[in-house]
Amino acid sequence: MKNDKGILHGRPKDPSALLDIIRDVQGRHGHVPEEAVSGIAAHLGLSKAEVRGAVTFYHFFSLEPRGRSTVYLNDSITSRMKGRAAVAKAFEQEAGCRFGEVSPDGSIGLFPTSCIGMNDQEPSAIIDGVVFTQLTPLKVGHLVRALRAGKPAQVLVDKYRDGANQSDLVRSMVANNIRRRGPVLFGPHEPGAAVRKAVAMTPEAVIEEIKRANLLGRGGAGFPTGLKWDFCRREKNPPHYVVCNADEGEPGTFKDRVILTELSRLVFEGMAVAGYAVGAEEGVLYLRAEYDYLRPLLESVLDGLRRENLLGKSIAGSRFDFDISIKLGGGAYICGEESALLESAQGKRGEPRNRPPFPVQIGYLGQPTTVNNVETLCAAAKIIIHGASWFNSMGSANSSGTKLFSISGDCERPGVYELEFGLTVRELLDIVGAKDAFAVQIGGPSGAMISRRDFGRRVAFEDLPTGGSIMIFGPWRDLFEIIDNFMEFFIEESCGWCTPCRVGNILLKEKLEKIMTGRGTRQDLADLENWGKMIKAMSRCGLGQTSPNPILTSLQNFPELYEAAVSKSRDVLPTFDLAEATLEAARLANRRPALEEVAHE
Amino acid sequence: MSKPVIATASLAGCFGCHMSLLDIDDRILKLVELVEFNKSPIDDIKTFTKPVDIGLIEGGCCNSENVEVLRSFRKNCKVLVSVGECAIMGGLPAMRNGIPIKECLEEAYLNSPTVAPEDRMIPDDEDIPIILDRVYPLHEIVKIDHFLPGCPPSADLIWEALTALVEGRPLNLTYDMIKYD
Repeated sequence: MKNDKGILHGRPKDPSALLDIIRDVQGRHGHVPEEAVSGIAAHLGLSKAEVRGAVTFYHFFSLEPRGRSTVYLNDSITSRMKGRAAVAKAFEQEAGCRFGEVSPDGSIGLFPTSCIGMNDQEPSAIIDGVVFTQLTPLKVGHLVRALRAGKPAQVLVDKYRDGANQSDLVRSMVANNIRRRGPVLFGPHEPGAAVRKAVAMTPEAVIEEIKRANLLGRGGAGFPTGLKWDFCRREKNPPHYVVCNADEGEPGTFKDRVILTELSRLVFEGMAVAGYAVGAEEGVLYLRAEYDYLRPLLESVLDGLRRENLLGKSIAGSRFDFDISIKLGGGAYICGEESALLESAQGKRGEPRNRPPFPVQIGYLGQPTTVNNVETLCAAAKIIIHGASWFNSMGSANSSGTKLFSISGDCERPGVYELEFGLTVRELLDIVGAKDAFAVQIGGPSGAMISRRDFGRRVAFEDLPTGGSIMIFGPWRDLFEIIDNFMEFFIEESCGWCTPCRVGNILLKEKLEKIMTGRGTRQDLADLENWGKMIKAMSRCGLGQTSPNPILTSLQNFPELYEAAVSKSRDVLPTFDLAEATLEAARLANRRPALEEVAHE
Repeated sequence: MSKPVIATASLAGCFGCHMSLLDIDDRILKLVELVEFNKSPIDDIKTFTKPVDIGLIEGGCCNSENVEVLRSFRKNCKVLVSVGECAIMGGLPAMRNGIPIKECLEEAYLNSPTVAPEDRMIPDDEDIPIILDRVYPLHEIVKIDHFLPGCPPSADLIWEALTALVEGRPLNLTYDMIKYD
């Protein structure tokens, strides 16, 4: 492992660098070998168990070899709707191994992964860090043969798409698909205007302006941003930190990817404004590993801002110093939860913390921290420029401003839309070309699945809240398959800490599949509801508290679906089959399997 | 009015739950006044001789005979109760559930160091129950009405549950009855 001495050489003996080191080792060897685990542990003063624990927590790190080229094929429901099965089969045939395995010659590893933020251009995959969209079985054959022949993945990108995706720093086939530009995010922006205006105000006045604008967190939870900044500023022990949550992992959301591609200046300005408001000198952009391909672009934008004195020392001639660094995730939905994100940014497993204390009190590196979503920070920058009244003139009564929606599924125009809060679901469906929609998933799997009865309701924090993920399903779709996929997602992404979440979601999925295969009863429906409520009440973070939602909201909004699937006449339909259960033992002992007794006693 | 009729069985269990039932001390005299026992290892009645009100079953199902007994309990008992960890979740016997049945049988009858070379065979007598591919909790095979957790459930819990069922009143679960650490 002489090479790994190189990776460790010169690195500070700082445990918060753990994930960065793991990423480098994974990148060089295609996995983290046992010798590297020992070396990293010794270097950072951690136990080997801590290093292994971190490696195995994240999708993109592994203790076992993952092949010279590694394919991560998205497993979101939209991908399945757009032909994932055929693409996966082509990968398996061409590579000569199944998903979850490495090909016998060690050249290709195939692995499924949770939503990678490309729902408007599925099926998609990340291959050696390069995103490939709109895959077909034909393209897959070509890709695998070229990778096996030793071609780098980047060379195989045949077409660069719109906007900054075609810049030299990105060179990506990812499309922005910006369908509707609104006044807040996509309105005209004079670079630096927000920062210059903010530093001419007092920090208190900046917070006051954000409060008056009634800006609510755009990640989905809707916490008032001004209040969060105020709490953070009031904490006495410096240093304070600003963390930008760029870990959108909710299946179906991809709007932050577009913001980071096209509007990263605005994001960084928003972070600087937040830094000024809360009294921070350092900001961290926590970028999901799936968007690592945007990092060179983001670093270059940061350099530009430093040259323009919009970051660095004495920003815009003031006494305010602020700079931003980028921390990468390793592939884990849970890290979108702010306390798990902070753990991960500190180089650990992304397990949620107990709260209180809240991150504004004890956050990044144990210091007062405001964690804000990418879109929230953009909106904050615009509010500083144009004022709270301007922002309040848009949107609904309790949800000011606009929202960026990630639209995918069965519609004519999937992509990103900036629309004012408060429009009805039906209006939204008309805009995106989905008049025949049968079910709509508002806010991703953790949100709600609604039926036509609710299409008159409004998309806003006071009615149907959402972080922006909207998935549309036509009447020909099997809703059970969709719900089952969502449950699979939560099982995969549960950090495993709370038993109700770790075990309960598996029981829910098994129960759902019992119903799907025609062996369900009314009692099973009651169990689904009771167990779902219990999991929500007994889990300590947002993942477990929302994971039963696909089942609970569909039970509520599509009762006829479940009613039609369960037996009315019997209260229990066991799945047990005696002959099947004794088949193998009977074969081994040269006996006949046990038969169901016809008339006993 | 005649006394309620009770039946009990131990399937893939260790009889610990039955021992816990006997652990009710002098209340056992009250029990005799309160109920009548039918098929049960306690009175050694082998087959059901009349309809039963409450069936108590410890242990999960690990072989075909367990399944047969369980189904006969379901057929003959108005109310069926899973008693203890093994009945509810498979318990210790279910530790084999992660190991293919082939490996289990080979380890026990072919490869174990205590098997004499001339005895190396997987038993094939048709009179022996056939082992199942895994250990099943009772509720995956028949409908179970109530579950009494514990390994074993304490004598107090069994007593309270039994008397509540007999008297038709709600269960009064105190904290110490369901506290396990």
